Amino acid sequence: MNRLRAQSWLFAGTVLLAMLLQLMPLPAPLLQIKPYWLALVLIYWAIETPDRVGLGFAFLLGLAGDVLAGQLLGEHALRLTVLAFIVLRFRARLRFFPVWQQTLAVFALLLNDRIVVMMVRGFSGEAMPPAAFWLSPPVGAALWPFVFILLDDLRARLRGREA
Amino acid sequence: MALAPGDNATLFSAGAASTLRLIVYLAAAVVLMILDHRGHYLEAVRGHASLLIEPLYRLAALPADAARATRTAVASQSALAAENRELREALLLAQARLNRAGALAAQNERLQDLLEAQKSLGLSVQMASLLDIDIDPARRRIVINRGAQQGVSVGQPVIDASGIMGQVVEVLPNTAVVMLLTDPNHAIPVTIERTGLRTIAYGDKDARDLLELSNIPTSADVQVGDKLISSGLGGRFPAGFPVGEIRDVRNDDTGMFATALATPAAAISRSSEVLLLHDLPQPYGPAQPQVDASAPPGADAAPAEPAQPEPTP
Repeated sequence: MNRLRAQSWLFAGTVLLAMLLQLMPLPAPLLQIKPYWLALVLIYWAIETPDRVGLGFAFLLGLAGDVLAGQLLGEHALRLTVLAFIVLRFRARLRFFPVWQQTLAVFALLLNDRIVVMMVRGFSGEAMPPAAFWLSPPVGAALWPFVFILLDDLRARLRGREA
Repeated sequence: MALAPGDNATLFSAGAASTLRLIVYLAAAVVLMILDHRGHYLEAVRGHASLLIEPLYRLAALPADAARATRTAVASQSALAAENRELREALLLAQARLNRAGALAAQNERLQDLLEAQKSLGLSVQMASLLDIDIDPARRRIVINRGAQQGVSVGQPVIDASGIMGQVVEVLPNTAVVMLLTDPNHAIPVTIERTGLRTIAYGDKDARDLLELSNIPTSADVQVGDKLISSGLGGRFPAGFPVGEIRDVRNDDTGMFATALATPAAAISRSSEVLLLHDLPQPYGPAQPQVDASAPPGADAAPAEPAQPEPTP
């Protein structure tokens, strides 16, 4: 019971932290390459605890992202739902990949996400983003091993302490 | 090692990620997007959720604030002394300029009385400071710490010491979102000070923090270094405020028009304190593009020169 609660706190904490990081200010040259933190955290939890993270959760998280970012309502929701679907589909394989293969998979996921953004922006008649727009996926993928190992370690510690 | 519950469910079944559910959620997202694109419901939702949004914004701004506070606290004595001296000089300069502007304003007032001008530009402003968060790098928007409860309303122009910065596009109870001049969706009617040419300055689409003046006739006289000031047409921005300075003129792809790039006059990415203008001035109506008479106190750079008669079209 206690363990579950600690896990829930960790889960909620990481989601909140991802939102804050998404809003966090950066020096201007770094702004364009800000990784999609919500996606990284969502991917982790979808791989590890799919009973907690389904499409519905991804959709709600996306709506929260939309409200925070003040863009088109539903844009983040669409992006994260697509992402969660792909992760859950290939979860059995993703879980047992070594970290470098996972990183490649995350890169592909983030790239796909950018394409979805392009489509949404295209349909809503907005200006196409500049070239630096494509720098975010490599940065996100490069951060993935750290996110993954850090969160895994935190979870293992929680588990060890309660046991 | 204990597996999380549900982990042993099935290795290969689609489980939670069935295609049907995907389609339902995607459809829901698309419907939301279309509704919002048409009706802009997001603003209403944000208004209702502002109790949750505002603390998050403040929380996200905390690290930057803390960093700034620390820097101030550990800044060395000599740096502080140097800064003090610089500020003193700047103050002196500003004072001198203010005196000159005061004299000009007095003269202006007399002339306006003579002309029985109906408008008097008593400029009432409100100070606001930026919340250091970044909503979306692709759009040039900033968040300020004044909102509906402090009397901010949508459409108010925002200026800093050296020029127009943008306008308020969204108001929450204690914060407001400002669209900068350099946002790709922003446009401001301007006059080129030297020639009186009226045109429109758009935000730059490549996120370079510049203004773009497209579709200028190639015959028009536009040169690098020309100052742009707001023309006051459209009634949203007051006339005569500095907007930017031309830094590049070239023919566009069709070869029929010229395109110019301008650097904004305001310190778009450096200001941390901004002023909200309160009186929305009366629009002039589409008369001559005059640079004179309306020079408001508070905007120093361009209107400090004595007014010179403009060629009227």
